[in-house]
Amino acid sequence: MSVTASASTQPPDAPKHATSLVINKLRKEYRAGQPVLHDVSLTIEGRGLTAIIGPSGTGKSTLIRCINRLVEPTSGEILFRGQDIVRLNRPELRAARRHMGMIFQEYNLVERLSVIENVLCGRLGYVPAWRAWLRWFPPSDIERAFQLLEAVGLADFATQRADQLSGGQRQRVGIARALMQEPQLVLADEPTSSLDPKTSVEIMELIASRAAERNIPAIVNMHNVELARRFADRIVGMAKGAIVFDGPPHTLKDSHLLEIYGGEGWLE
Amino acid sequence: MSALPHGQPPRVAFPPNWPARLGMVVLVLYVAYASTILDLTWNRFVVGLQQGGKFLARMFPPDFAHDKVSLLLIGMTESLQIAIVATVIGIFLSLPLGLAAARNLAPRPLAWTARALIAVFRSLHPIIVAILFVKAVGFGALAGILALIVASLGFLSKLVAESVEEMSMKPVEAVRATGSRLLSVITMSVLPQVIPRFIGFAAYQLDSNLRNSALVGIVGGGGIGATLFTAFQRFDYDFVLTIVLAIIAIVMVGEIVSGWMRRMFQ
Repeated sequence: MSVTASASTQPPDAPKHATSLVINKLRKEYRAGQPVLHDVSLTIEGRGLTAIIGPSGTGKSTLIRCINRLVEPTSGEILFRGQDIVRLNRPELRAARRHMGMIFQEYNLVERLSVIENVLCGRLGYVPAWRAWLRWFPPSDIERAFQLLEAVGLADFATQRADQLSGGQRQRVGIARALMQEPQLVLADEPTSSLDPKTSVEIMELIASRAAERNIPAIVNMHNVELARRFADRIVGMAKGAIVFDGPPHTLKDSHLLEIYGGEGWLE
Repeated sequence: MSALPHGQPPRVAFPPNWPARLGMVVLVLYVAYASTILDLTWNRFVVGLQQGGKFLARMFPPDFAHDKVSLLLIGMTESLQIAIVATVIGIFLSLPLGLAAARNLAPRPLAWTARALIAVFRSLHPIIVAILFVKAVGFGALAGILALIVASLGFLSKLVAESVEEMSMKPVEAVRATGSRLLSVITMSVLPQVIPRFIGFAAYQLDSNLRNSALVGIVGGGGIGATLFTAFQRFDYDFVLTIVLAIIAIVMVGEIVSGWMRRMFQ
């Protein structure tokens, strides 16, 4: 039932890899009159990894959370699959969220559930609650969950509790959960900020390769400029709630970084 | 790090807390005053002790006559049934009520309504609730069960609400982001965080319902309490002792079982 509902939201003639996400004059004020996002506009093409860089508190997280409305935008529009996300009612929003996989800084796993249960949480948009309660997921979902765990290198951990894993392993589970949704867009909010440098590279590799393999765009918030240069097809620099740089990695110069982060000493 | 300049008073590490000291004095004075009002004298205590000694002497040995034991078994079985039925129903009702009262999940008006309801359930002692239900639905186990359900709801719902409010919202946010409905969010991200503690509470509630199920009988709510009350009125003090021993045994077994349950689900 839920599957047909989701299918009907997509126009049958929608091109498979058209422009995937259009953000128009997106504004967010947590307190009236103090916008965190100043009418941000951004268009994400049908594929590739877009890194959003910028200092803490500049609105990167707010921007990415507005896209799936974990944060409610104040005004503006977000076009995704032919719908304006901002105007959707709750059921429509749920249907839209199924197509966006999200990866979090602190993994946001359900610690007391097993690894495979966490991955299967990615299907909760489709599986009714009583079946989830009985762990009666469709066999095809379970099979896919195992395949994804293999793909992220955690096949042997399927029945372990999530709180027994290391940070890098947890983030792999988080990625598998996002991919379990068969998303058309991956949102990652500082996915490597809680990880050591080596694990960060592995996690970024995993996100970039899985998104490329599925031919879907990924939007990744990050602090680390080097990681962004290495993995992104496009870098968006934000400062004080506005986009101040937008271009491929090789065009990002020190002068841009100065504008994004301010100060000078740290660049030397 | 320089020494204090001369002429400055020495630094005080533990400043006196005058309001607290004053409060203590007032409390002691009030207890003394209340004791005189209530005629709490040593003499009365000594007389009472003698009386108690006679009473205890009449209780021994406990009465294990065949007819008494069968009376005991009937009463005990009923009490046990009251306790278990009330606990199980209380558990099932307290989950939704507790979730509705959690301010981080439920909308404000719903949360406050649920909180008010819980406060009402908690404000009355099970015995008073039992008296009300005996009046409402008549003597017998039904009144006892209803009274203990109310008691269980008050206790369990409040603790459910509190543990839901203390849980991590991060997994909840993640499961919401997958596009799942509220019920799935609760099933897969709220309950896994809350259930282990909830089982501990439920085991404790079973314990306390076992004890209270003996009590509700005294006011007509069915079970061993009724038997106990009758035995008192007939001055069957040796049978009273038998019943008291049986209650102690049941409560201890209940404690062991609930401890075991808690360990199993940690």
